[in-house]
Amino acid sequence: MQFYGTDITSRLLLGTASYPSPAVLIDAVHASKSQIITVSLRRETAQGAGAGFWDMLRDLDVRILPNTAGCHSVQEAVTTAHMARELFDTTWIKLELIGHSDTLQPDVFALVEAARVLTEDGFQVFPYTTDDLVVGERLMQAGCEVLMPWGAPIGSGQGLRNPEALQTMRAHFPDVPLIVDAGIGRPSDACQVMELGFEAVLLNTAVATAGNPAIMAHAMAQAIEAGRNAHQADPMEPRNMAAPSTPILGLAELG
Amino acid sequence: MNILVNAEPRDITADTLADALSELGFDNPAIATALNGTFVPRQCRPTTRMNDGDRLEVLAPMQGG
Repeated sequence: MQFYGTDITSRLLLGTASYPSPAVLIDAVHASKSQIITVSLRRETAQGAGAGFWDMLRDLDVRILPNTAGCHSVQEAVTTAHMARELFDTTWIKLELIGHSDTLQPDVFALVEAARVLTEDGFQVFPYTTDDLVVGERLMQAGCEVLMPWGAPIGSGQGLRNPEALQTMRAHFPDVPLIVDAGIGRPSDACQVMELGFEAVLLNTAVATAGNPAIMAHAMAQAIEAGRNAHQADPMEPRNMAAPSTPILGLAELG
Repeated sequence: MNILVNAEPRDITADTLADALSELGFDNPAIATALNGTFVPRQCRPTTRMNDGDRLEVLAPMQGG
């Protein structure tokens, strides 16, 4: 699997927010076997609050996918992306443009515009988007080579609200790496994403707020691998009626 | 001059961004800067002049999803 020409083997992208402690975060990243973690940029204090986190990131030896979380305008997102590119020395950016503060749903109009501006400036954009096909097409036209539709609102843990729409998206963009970003609550949700044929899952809260984040990270990784294998195995179609799995032929007459 | 640093009013004497960061105690190299909403690359900090009323944002890596 490749994202913008980079080979990636782990299909779990893990967020770094809301863990009980840095040590728990480190354990969870290791247990997830994730190769890509998301981070943000926030105001630094004169005491250097970001320095410790920065040292920890470098020790983890994983690829950094910085985000523009909390940005509500193209200008904010573009400026944040530039700051992230300098700080993390990466052209990758998880582009989040929030359109509504309650639902945290993306402002897809600003998203497409920001994706165009950033792509023209050499960024490789991972857009947090909806499952709308037209928006997906516009993002591709803007230069995106990866799409990240939501499964449910950020942090809600509801699982896939509209699996049919995601299935349609998979069919409509057969050659585009698709990642479900946001809404995953349980390993079964992540497994479902992979059974639909998606390339990967990006999640954070489901692991970070679990009673044992490291075990949950491991469970998510297992579920993602199971779902991927299931997709490749071409699952049977469900049917309305029962069908005996044990052969009828050779059944004795014992009555 | 009076500027806003991460939304807090500060009184500084430095007249370049690089000197202002030093004066304000931002010694950690893992920071990125924006002045009045525009990104200022690291190499431009020594030549970026500070003005009264400027809004300076100093950001660092933090946890994120």
